[in-house]
Parts: sequence; C-alpha cells; structure tokens
Amino acid sequence: MTQLEMARVVALQGDEAVAEAVRQCDVDVVAAYPITPQTIIVEKLAEFVAAGRFGGEFIPVESEHSALSACLGASATGARVFTATSSQGLAYMHEMLYNASGMRMPVVMAVANRALSAPLVLNADHGDMMGSRDSGWIQVYAENVEEIYDRTIQLFRLSEDPRVMLPSAINFEGFILSHDKERVRLINDETVRRFVGRPAPKHRLDPKEPLTFGAIANPDNYYEFRMQQAEAMRHALTVFDETESEFEALSGRRYGAVDAYNTDDADKVAVVNGCAAGTMRAAARGMNSGGERVGVLAIKLYRPFPTGEVASHLRRAKSVVTMDRSMSLGAPSGPIAEDVKSTLRGAGMNQPVTSLVYGIGGRDLSVEDGRKILSLNGKEASPDDTSVMYGVKE
Amino acid sequence: MYDLVKGLKELPTEEPLSPGHRLCPGCGASIVVRQVLLAAPKDTVIVNATGCLEVSTALYGFSAWNRPWIHSAFENAAAVASGIEAGFKALGRRGEAEEHPIVVFGGDGGTYDIGFQALSGAIERGHKFLYVCYDNEAYMNTGIQRSGGTPRGAWTTTTQVGSAQSGKPEARKDLVSIVVAHRVPYAATASVSHWRDLMNKVRKALSMDGPTFLHVMAPCTRGWRFDPSKTIRMSRLAVETRFFPLYEVEGGVYRITVPVLSPKPVEEYLKLQGRYSHLFLPQHAPQLMALRRDVEDDYRRLEKLAKLTGQLYASTREVASPQA
Amino acid sequence: MSWRELEEAAVVRGGTSSAYLVSGWRVRRPVIDEAKCTNCLICWIFCPEPAIVRREGVKVAIDYDHCKGCGICESECPPKAINMVMEP
Repeated sequence: MTQLEMARVVALQGDEAVAEAVRQCDVDVVAAYPITPQTIIVEKLAEFVAAGRFGGEFIPVESEHSALSACLGASATGARVFTATSSQGLAYMHEMLYNASGMRMPVVMAVANRALSAPLVLNADHGDMMGSRDSGWIQVYAENVEEIYDRTIQLFRLSEDPRVMLPSAINFEGFILSHDKERVRLINDETVRRFVGRPAPKHRLDPKEPLTFGAIANPDNYYEFRMQQAEAMRHALTVFDETESEFEALSGRRYGAVDAYNTDDADKVAVVNGCAAGTMRAAARGMNSGGERVGVLAIKLYRPFPTGEVASHLRRAKSVVTMDRSMSLGAPSGPIAEDVKSTLRGAGMNQPVTSLVYGIGGRDLSVEDGRKILSLNGKEASPDDTSVMYGVKE
Repeated sequence: MYDLVKGLKELPTEEPLSPGHRLCPGCGASIVVRQVLLAAPKDTVIVNATGCLEVSTALYGFSAWNRPWIHSAFENAAAVASGIEAGFKALGRRGEAEEHPIVVFGGDGGTYDIGFQALSGAIERGHKFLYVCYDNEAYMNTGIQRSGGTPRGAWTTTTQVGSAQSGKPEARKDLVSIVVAHRVPYAATASVSHWRDLMNKVRKALSMDGPTFLHVMAPCTRGWRFDPSKTIRMSRLAVETRFFPLYEVEGGVYRITVPVLSPKPVEEYLKLQGRYSHLFLPQHAPQLMALRRDVEDDYRRLEKLAKLTGQLYASTREVASPQA
Repeated sequence: MSWRELEEAAVVRGGTSSAYLVSGWRVRRPVIDEAKCTNCLICWIFCPEPAIVRREGVKVAIDYDHCKGCGICESECPPKAINMVMEP
C-alpha cells in the first residue's frame, strides 16, 4: 500500500472495524437494532453521528425485522444502506432476508455470528447465518479483524454491481472477532470513497418515473424471477474476483474465495470457515514441520460456493475432514460438509470425507484440538459415517 | 399551511389510480386510495402493506399505481416508510434526490395487529409520513378472519356465530387513541362518504412536520355482506349513527369535525350488513346491547375529550391553519 | 416468458393495469341520462375503479372497459341521472 492509500495502523475490535468501514463508505442509511455481540457496531456508529462524522441517516429501529425493512425502503430510493445483527436478530429478520434478495436490494450486513436459542447463549457459532444460507444473500466469512474491515468495504462494491444486485453479509464470530482487538491497517477516507463510488441502481422510487416495486407474481413467472437471482449469484463469483483485484491494487491485500494452505502437498486437508482457520493452520504448520503432510482449505466466500476452487484444491488430498461450526439437525452432516461432499462428487472425486462438528455455542478450539482433528482416522472416529461431534462432553 | 379543498372540480383530472385493478366491485379500499391521492401532491411516494389493496393493484405486468409505490411484507410498511424517508433525506443532502411526501396504506390487519409494532416504532421516532389505515374490519384478503379492528359482535370466519358465541366477543382496539398516545402532531378518522372532510384532513396531515395518521373506514361488500352499490351509503350511515365518528386530534386537542347531534339508531347501520344479522335474533340480543353500548360510550368519551383537551391546551398549542 | 426477458426483481411500470379489461365482470351497466346530469362529479369521486372519466368542457362519461357494474354511481347520483341496466 502506498503512503497515499494508507491512513494509519490502529488496534480495533471487529465491531469497531465494521463501524469504521461503514463510516468511510459513504453509507446513506443505517438502520440497526442492538444485540450482543454486535452492539458495539451500533454504538460506534452512534458516536460518529453525534460527532458529525457520519454523513448518512441513522435509524434506531425498534426491531431487526424493521431494521432490514427500513434498509429495503431506503435502498429503493437509491441510497446505500447497511445493517448489522447476530443470532436471534438474524432469525427475526429471516423473512426480510428473502425479501431483500428477491427485490434485488444491495443491502450490506455485518453478522457477528452467535449461536441460536434455545437454549440461549451469547457465544459464537455459525448456526445463525447457516440457518439463513438459502436466502439469496452473498455470504463471506472473515478470520481476522483486518479482513472484516476489508470485506465490509468490498461488499458494497460487490452487492451494488449491476451484474449482481444482491444483498451481502460479512460474517465473523461473536466475541472472538467482534470484541477482540487486532491490528488493522486502515485505508484513508478518500481512497475508500473512490473505491465504493456511488450506487447507480436501474430502478428507484422517483416521481419522475412511477414504478411499482414488490408486485405479486404467479406460478407462471415466480420460478423465472428466482432463476434471475440464481444467475446473479453465479455472476457474483466473477465480480467477487474482480472486486478483490481492484481492492488489492489499492491496499496490497487479497484473501481469495478460499485460502489454501499446503493443499497441493497434503494427504489430508481440513476444510473450515471462520476464525478456526487460523488455528487449523497453526496446527498444520506444526505437524508439517514434524514431517506430516496436512493442509487447510479456508472457505471465505461461502455463497456463492466456489465449487471450482474447492474441487481443484482438494484434488490431491487422500482424505478430507470438513469442519462445521453449526449443526444441521437431522441432516447427514453439517452445511460445509454437505457442500464439500457434493462438490467433490460433482467433480468426480471419491476421497473419504469425515464430517466434524466443533465450537458449538462458543466451545473453544485450541491448536492442540486442531492437531487432533488433523490426525483423526475417519473410520475410527466415525465408523458409521455420522458427524464427529468434536469436543462434546460425553 | 395547506390549501382547503372546496369543490370537486378543482381536483386533478389525472387519475392517481388506474382502473383495471382486481378489487371487488364496490370495494371501499380503492375509494379511500383515490380520495387520499387526489388530495395529496402529485409526487407522493406510496408504501403499501400486504393485503387486499396491494395484491389487487400490483400484479406483475399490471400495476394500477401512477405513483412510485413499494410493497415488501405484511407487517413492515411503517418501517419501510421510515427507510424511504431517511433515504430521501440522506440523498437530498448530497443533491442526489429530493424529498417527497410519503403516504403509507395499511389495512386493519397490517396496522392493528401484525404491523402494530412497526407503526408504533416509526411514529415514536417521528418520521415524516402520513399513515392511512384503510379499515375493512377483518383480514379480508385471506378470507374474512377477525382482526383487532373487528367490532364486537361481528361475524367473521374466526369469530363465528352459534349457541356458544355471538360473533366477536371483544370490542375493537381504539386505534386512534393508541396513535395519539405516541404524541403525534395529527391523527384523525375519516369516511369516504364525507369526501371534503377526508381530503382536508389529508392536506392538513401532509402539511405537518412529523408522523400523521388517518383511520378511514373501507366498507367491504364481501366481508360485511351487503350489495356492492351500497358502499358509500354504509360509510355514511356509520357516521350518522355515531358508529364511526369523524374527528381529529391535533397536538393532543380533540375536535369532532362532523358532529352528529341527532344520531340515527345504530341498528339502522347494522341491519344492512349480513355479518350482523344474528344480532337481531333474541339469543344474541345481549351482544347487540353490548355493541350499542360500545358506540354510545365511545362517542360520549369523544365529546368529553374534545371539551377537556380544548380547554387544557387552549393557551399553549398552535393549530395548523389552512390558507383559505 | 423466458427468465431473461422478465423485468428484474418484478418491477412494473405504473398504470399498466388499464390493459386489463373488466367489462366481463359486469351483470349490469350504468347509463347516464345526459339531460339530467349536472356534471357534479359525485359519481366520479365515489367510483372505486375509476371508470368515470372527466372530460374538459363535456360532462362525465362511463369507461365501459373498466366498469365492474357495482352500482355505486347510480346509488349516489344526486339528480338520479344514472340507471343500472342489465347487460345485453
């Protein structure tokens, strides 16, 4: 990054990094409702408002459902919009997630992933976003605070691209990433503003051309509208890549749809999303320096799922272990496992896949756990091919 | 400041609502919409909750709305309106858009019940829009189920009539009181039969800088069981029997805008509707009495409120004045 | 229609409902007696469609393409200039 682009290096919490990015991105309307562990995002933005540092409108809505509804309304006027939530809040706005996507509103949302009730718990797992993974939102997972900051900025470009026009969510584990302070190399305001530009939607609420948004469809055309969304999701793969290239040019930073560590040389590869990727890499590095051959494939872009890249990075592995920080109760295995398994089979690959569940309700994962996971013998750990519930107290 | 509506001929000839929509013949809802929008400025932006009005006027390929219009869900019209207001404000500061009047249309379902929270939140936050509740007194779009706005004793598919029940057991919510409790600058009731009163209330409301509310009767020929040609007559009778008094609350001051000094008996209104026909049978007489009491008590309370608030705030409140 | 041809996000241009004719909904149609009509516009303000057309310098007319035959106009017309007659 040149002196021109870089502003300064600061220590920020994940939530604070989101707020800073939103402040820089020329957001017109923020509508959000507080929920642990996202509250700091909302509070930080409120501080910016009071200090006259946020140029948009901040609506302290009375619920998450209203938060996304207000964002949808604002987006329809051509405004750039943002919201944030977690867990129960995400579940509360579930109806509107599908609405925002179906109406092709480029809302950007930060989700500080937190396990869903009941029972109630405040700590992280991916159950909240995974429960809404089919809603037609672009979903990105970050593993450190600087990545959260970068992704938030990138998502405005990605969502608002005319080839996409789909809402997107940046996901990061609650408390672990939302609250921990990490080093962030901020980009300066002007550079960010130039990067995101201004939204230019095809349609907006404007008396000069009275349009009707949210009309009723029928069995003759509903399927086709959904097909349009599917196509937009497909385009998102390309636009994601382009966005990252442009972002790399001004920041020197690029993450990829996946991050592959030693997958070309590994016998066993662990596929993981979220911040556990860092832990798994640390474990893998230790094992590899001891003569083993393990790799870690971190999924960063989850929807659209980068099937091509996942398949190519797992091609040489003799076995795969997938790690899910959520449970899909009643399904053969968790969301990541299902997506990876069908990707492999679709690409004609037959390696044994051990599906593993970890970190539920904020259950910690240590480097030692990472080593154990990468050393698992799938057949022993799960003779009947059900998911390994790693770390549960038997 | 606003221009009083004095006659029909001065109203715009360009129709805000195009015909060809799928509302029932004689539907009260579209008459509400037409009168509201004919009184409102041409650049009005509309938010519509899910319901009869929305599904019948906005089919893909066939939209009746000659105004910018948006629908997304059943319970969030007021929240969507909040976002639109904020969007125009923020874009306006950049010179990328202008502010426009916002009118929200929600049925009694989307206002009294499922949309109640969003309405309460939006008006508490003070967003500038006019919320029009077109009240057909049940969830008509899904087939005449009771709502919080269904009057006591009315038959609906979920408050049926039999030996164990005489239609809806409960009185309806006093919606305008609830809205007034949020300290909005203006709230009022209106009836399409009294178009001049309705239109002037629309103009007055839109001249205010904050959330305003209009509760309008939308008689439903299907759900209330009466001949489609009688919609306006039904609305008028509701006013003339004091069943639906026409009043406004401005800065907390109540004023009955169409006083009914010698009310017609409420039965004259009820007997024209099939949904109340059971009330005229001896076994359901207690329910009829209870309903009659609701109407009488409400009107008496209204008269007292008008007197009380008129005195209480006389010296401290300014009322919006029309430029006649 | 192919998904490629539909308007993205089902956005519709306003006023397109008038392409749909509702004349088939009617059992009776309103007929205005021009001699009695005073052009007071009461039928126009009470029509739910609207199927009553205001015209410059001329009295109102019924838009039979869009009239559903509800009969409100006949019911409300002050000089009783409108009559609902059975559809042929």
